[in-house]
Amino acid sequence: MSAPLLQARGIEKRFPGVRALHQVDLHVEPGEVLGLVGENGAGKSTLMKILAGIQSPDAGELRWSGETVHLPSPRAASALGIALIHQELNLADNLDVAANLFLGREPHRFGLIDRSTIERESEKVLERIGVSFGPRTPIADLSVGQRQLVEIARALAADARLLIMDEPTSSLSTHESERLFEVIVDLRQKGVSIVYISHRLGEVMDLADRVSVLRDGENAGELQREEITRERMISLMVGRELDSFYASRPHALGDVVLEVEGLRTGMYPEHSASLRVRAGERVGLAGLVGAGRTELLRALFGIDPALSGRMRVGGVDVPLGSPRHAIAAGLALVPEDRQAQGLVLGSNIRDNVGLASLDRRRRVGLVSHPAEDALARRLMGSLRIKASSTDQLVATLSGGNQQKVALAKWLALEPRVLLLDEPTRGVDVGAKHEIYETIARLAESGLAVLFVSSEMEEVLGLADRVLVMHEGRITGELQRDELEEKAVLRLATGGTEAASR
Amino acid sequence: MKKILGIFGLFAVICLFTALEADSFTKPNNIANLASRTGLYGVLGIGVAFVIVTGGIDLSIGSIVGLTGTLLPWLIIRHGWSVPAALGFVALVSIVIGLFHGLLITRLNLQPFLVTLCGLLIYRSIAQYVTDDQNQGFGTEYTGLRDLATGSMGTMATLMTLVGAVLTGFLFFRYLGVKRSEVAPKEQRPVLIGLITAGALTLVGLITWLTGSTLLAEVPAPMPFWILVVVAMICGLVLNDTVFGRHLLALGRNEQAARFSGVRTTWVIIAAYVICAVLAGLGGVLFTCDLNGIQPATLGQVFELYAIAAAVLGGCSLRGGECTILGIVIGTAVLRLLLNAFNLLGTSYTIESAVMGTVILLGVLADEVIRRFVRRRRRTAG
Repeated sequence: MSAPLLQARGIEKRFPGVRALHQVDLHVEPGEVLGLVGENGAGKSTLMKILAGIQSPDAGELRWSGETVHLPSPRAASALGIALIHQELNLADNLDVAANLFLGREPHRFGLIDRSTIERESEKVLERIGVSFGPRTPIADLSVGQRQLVEIARALAADARLLIMDEPTSSLSTHESERLFEVIVDLRQKGVSIVYISHRLGEVMDLADRVSVLRDGENAGELQREEITRERMISLMVGRELDSFYASRPHALGDVVLEVEGLRTGMYPEHSASLRVRAGERVGLAGLVGAGRTELLRALFGIDPALSGRMRVGGVDVPLGSPRHAIAAGLALVPEDRQAQGLVLGSNIRDNVGLASLDRRRRVGLVSHPAEDALARRLMGSLRIKASSTDQLVATLSGGNQQKVALAKWLALEPRVLLLDEPTRGVDVGAKHEIYETIARLAESGLAVLFVSSEMEEVLGLADRVLVMHEGRITGELQRDELEEKAVLRLATGGTEAASR
Repeated sequence: MKKILGIFGLFAVICLFTALEADSFTKPNNIANLASRTGLYGVLGIGVAFVIVTGGIDLSIGSIVGLTGTLLPWLIIRHGWSVPAALGFVALVSIVIGLFHGLLITRLNLQPFLVTLCGLLIYRSIAQYVTDDQNQGFGTEYTGLRDLATGSMGTMATLMTLVGAVLTGFLFFRYLGVKRSEVAPKEQRPVLIGLITAGALTLVGLITWLTGSTLLAEVPAPMPFWILVVVAMICGLVLNDTVFGRHLLALGRNEQAARFSGVRTTWVIIAAYVICAVLAGLGGVLFTCDLNGIQPATLGQVFELYAIAAAVLGGCSLRGGECTILGIVIGTAVLRLLLNAFNLLGTSYTIESAVMGTVILLGVLADEVIRRFVRRRRRTAG
């Protein structure tokens, strides 16, 4: 039996205060597509940076075709034949395709760049992956998907035998993604190995010959071709059964609490959105980045002005455009960027928790410090915020605990409608589960929850119902039993065939 | 807390040094004079602190002092206005100036530095224009009004007893509240320390008042110092214990997060500029009463810089969100003390500014060094 193309053993990597990788093993066979999945912060990116020579491991061994190698630099990795296709593309916009393919290693004669060789070689490579554009096309004229293909071509031009793709479809249209998948399947046949990292588990299921799962910087398990299912991948990623992870228990729904009609925001002035959320219901707003979801929440909460539209809470009209009116009506918003918008990092937990509800706990015009402290302690307990005391600065808390503080601030007001924008971004798996539990508990007690998430698993796992947005309008609605990644993606990219309601 | 101890330590060291080097430092007259100066400038420092907390700045304070200080005698003496009417008008002018600053900064999104820099140029010019740049004063009249700045009430021992008693009462009730609500003992401690300090202050004041033998009982308490103490206590309460103050501190640290929490940031910021301008106006009234013969062109010149310096020395961060009123009072006292020491020690006045600048710089540097040290220790610990 021949040695794997690449084998990593016992990889360790520490950053100040964090253990990013611990005893991680990974191997890639020749001509294989290996899916690498894990939650945010599970260590995927760090591992890939080590394989691409961008970072050095603290301990562990790397073997390339059976021989021990060191990768002190990206150059060393690419000399072996390892190429990392970044999430952010690294192409020179001002040059054409051929110049980009050979950027940094241009063939030359007598000190002059050998343009004819470059073009000849470029044609060959482009032909291999079957693209429609030629070597002289300026990069500026290409779409994002085409640029991604140029990146792959560049790796192939450098004789890469292992391509590492980190979220390659995150900014591609459905059509462009399909083109990319064809290229991947084709490359596999030609003996190129691919490590495919993606949050979109549906893609991983379609493409991968084998899946390796990371959790909290360690190997969580491996699935062979026939074992790969969405449920098994997620269970390994989160370390427990799915339903219990998202706390998705069936419960009774109440009357409609939040009604929005014809809301238009400055981002898509020509389109409007309407929606309803019932008491106890958890509604997910899915869509691509830039679909107008965050803008919708911000407009409802009055942070940004709405161009037009009506909002009713519990049947009563609430004027748009002022956070104070929204709060008085029972709305709460946990914003997308907790460090910039959700929290006062330089203040302690007590002040942060009390900030939104100071007005309501005032005696003879003065703030009651003991009452504030009691409130903060009560919420710290019920949300399981791990901190030494209510006096601890929020800046020193972990991401998960910070998010809980941002949530606690609103629970102090006992809202009727909770708007959550990316509720678990940058939060570790354990804290994620606790946040889902809290949301479930609140929903069971009658709170209406409307959340935006770019993580497909979260949308599918948490929501009782999903609304999909595209360019400022709701393009479809999916009930819990019809939830499926492909349906959501199709609606999110503007396809309306599924929205035949 | 530690900041205040630091600046208080600096204050004590300079006091001790000056007292040892110059006998006249401990004369009742000198101390009364020092307290009076601290009162006059301290009011301005507290005012600018409200603006600095928001992350803004007010450069027009000196010109507001000049304008209000000019208008008051001009209205009363030249135009025969009654004292309450003139005071009311001056207050109105200050409020309008503050609103003007606040509205330009929040509604039109102009930079505080620029808005108040223009104010600095405009208000002084108005003072010079309306008075034809003539000197203004009360002459020998209106001694009752002028007593606001030149008079005194009781001795420093009286002041200490009364202030101590008020603080003790306030902190006692707070301590009871904290005690009742199961706050962790570690967090009860600052309140307890404050209570003990206030109690001790009251006791010492009372004993010296009654025995009347020590220095404290011989120094008359000047009115400006009384005014400063009252203003400081009110502002301390506003900043730390009212919803407005808490909103102010929160928005100074993160304006966006405050807005997302339903804080009316626009109005809070406007109010901060109004408070600053009103306290500058109060300063103008006090200075004109104190000097009783002022030039519109020079009254209050560079006072904004003294005010900002005192606030920074007292622990305010120009980045916003950090401020203790007590620190500003001590910061002002340190600056006045330095000038007094120069005077008594016969040092050339030419290096006064340089030494003041150096002390402020050292204070800020020490603060930054401590901040970094704490941050590093926290990081290695956590």
